Amino acid sequence: MRFSGLKVLAEGLIGNKGWGPHWRSPEPKSEYDIVLIGGGGHGLATAHYLAKVHGLTNIAVLEKGYLGGGNVGRNTTIVRANYMLPGNSEFYSHSLKLWEGLEEDLNYNVMHSQRGIINLVHSDGQRDAFVRRANMMCGQGDDGAMLDRKGVEKLLPFLDFEQTRFPIYGGLYHKRGGTARHDAVAWGFARSASDRGVDLIQQCEVRGIDVVNGVVKGVQTTKGPIRAKKVGMVAAGRSSQVAAMAGLRLPIESHVLQAFVTEGLKPCLDHVVTYGMGHFYISQSDKGGLVFGGDLDMYASYAARGNLPLVEHVAEAAMTLMPVIGKARMLRSWGGIMDMSPDGSFIIDKTDIKGLFVNTGWCYGGFKATPASGHTFAHLLATGNPHPTTVRHRLDRFRTGRGIMDEEATGSQHNLH
Amino acid sequence: MRLPCPICGERDRREFYYQGAAVMLERPAPDAGEDAWDEYLHLRDNSPGDLDELWSHDAGCGAWLKVTRNVSTHEIRSVILAREVRQ
Repeated sequence: MRFSGLKVLAEGLIGNKGWGPHWRSPEPKSEYDIVLIGGGGHGLATAHYLAKVHGLTNIAVLEKGYLGGGNVGRNTTIVRANYMLPGNSEFYSHSLKLWEGLEEDLNYNVMHSQRGIINLVHSDGQRDAFVRRANMMCGQGDDGAMLDRKGVEKLLPFLDFEQTRFPIYGGLYHKRGGTARHDAVAWGFARSASDRGVDLIQQCEVRGIDVVNGVVKGVQTTKGPIRAKKVGMVAAGRSSQVAAMAGLRLPIESHVLQAFVTEGLKPCLDHVVTYGMGHFYISQSDKGGLVFGGDLDMYASYAARGNLPLVEHVAEAAMTLMPVIGKARMLRSWGGIMDMSPDGSFIIDKTDIKGLFVNTGWCYGGFKATPASGHTFAHLLATGNPHPTTVRHRLDRFRTGRGIMDEEATGSQHNLH
Repeated sequence: MRLPCPICGERDRREFYYQGAAVMLERPAPDAGEDAWDEYLHLRDNSPGDLDELWSHDAGCGAWLKVTRNVSTHEIRSVILAREVRQ
């Protein structure tokens, strides 16, 4: 089934009775070439690119719950390429380019909206840092422009520019940044992978990883054993538990990050705005809800819900920056479990076990990475070699100390990234 | 979440700074080698059950605490002064 404007029109005339399920729900076979553990955004994207780019379709994606029920369904939907360090810079640049062609690639409306991201500037030092960042972004082939105060006022007239704590002096404007409909991204990748022959198995928890003489042989699941030549672990916040089944310890701590949405409002916020001094970022969804978030709760947590002090902190930041939203009612809040790495950058690599591969450490920036994470992990699984944009994202960089990518220079404390 | 500080009594989470897993109490020797330092700085069990961790009562007595806490339910199992762990 292909989506098109004509099809939507035709279905409208016949009461939308012709739509079918977007993916198949097969029972697992006893053996696959590749098994992916985790049916979230990154796992589904990996399956899509394995099938589309590498022509490999004897693949299963095993998901403990339902497809896209983890962090891909629990984020603030921001898509950007404003990283600085070698490694991350080319990777996120690659990802943004994949985003720009994603809807055509998937024949699926992921509502990718390049509405622009504005990182606000509150001091001379911050302006210098952002000018440097903007130059690096242009250098990597993306876009970054500096706005003065008047430039920000023109785009965001409702901000409190004269706030006593952090007056606004300008901003870094990343025009190609924006948002996407998070669930649709997971669904689009799922549909494409399924159509190409990948088996998406939901309600199938992996309980063990079979390793014989240092070679992976398959997995034990709640739907029985499944043999596999290669296994890819793509379990985000649950990565450590999955890796432990193969006897591995990962350099990961899981922390909770909260996000919030207000009731639906008329269009009032045209961009994504980040307020670094208050650890606050906000955009408006197409339904009208203001979607915003803050910092980690800061202590290790597997509870997909957060604590109240952080809610208060985020609400205070919102009121400091945009008093105009003070009367909007907060509708929902939720928490996602973040796989925090010691340098704040992700890991896509082989492990010491032959045939076992790992994709983890997305900290709280995994959503924008979804297409490139899938694309590069598929490349590694299919060819055995890292994609050029992930050669630096090695698992052993922590042990050896070579090639650490610490964007914020906070040192090796997982929750500070 | 509230933490019972052995010196100050039960206090709001906001009075405390979180350092991370209590592996920091067992600092390896400088020449212990790559693997020992990797364990200490980076590798974590990161299981969803009980975790020994270090908190500092920054806005209270300033003591470092070793807290055993369930990271799924946030139930506090025990709190002792970090200096007592060393003894």
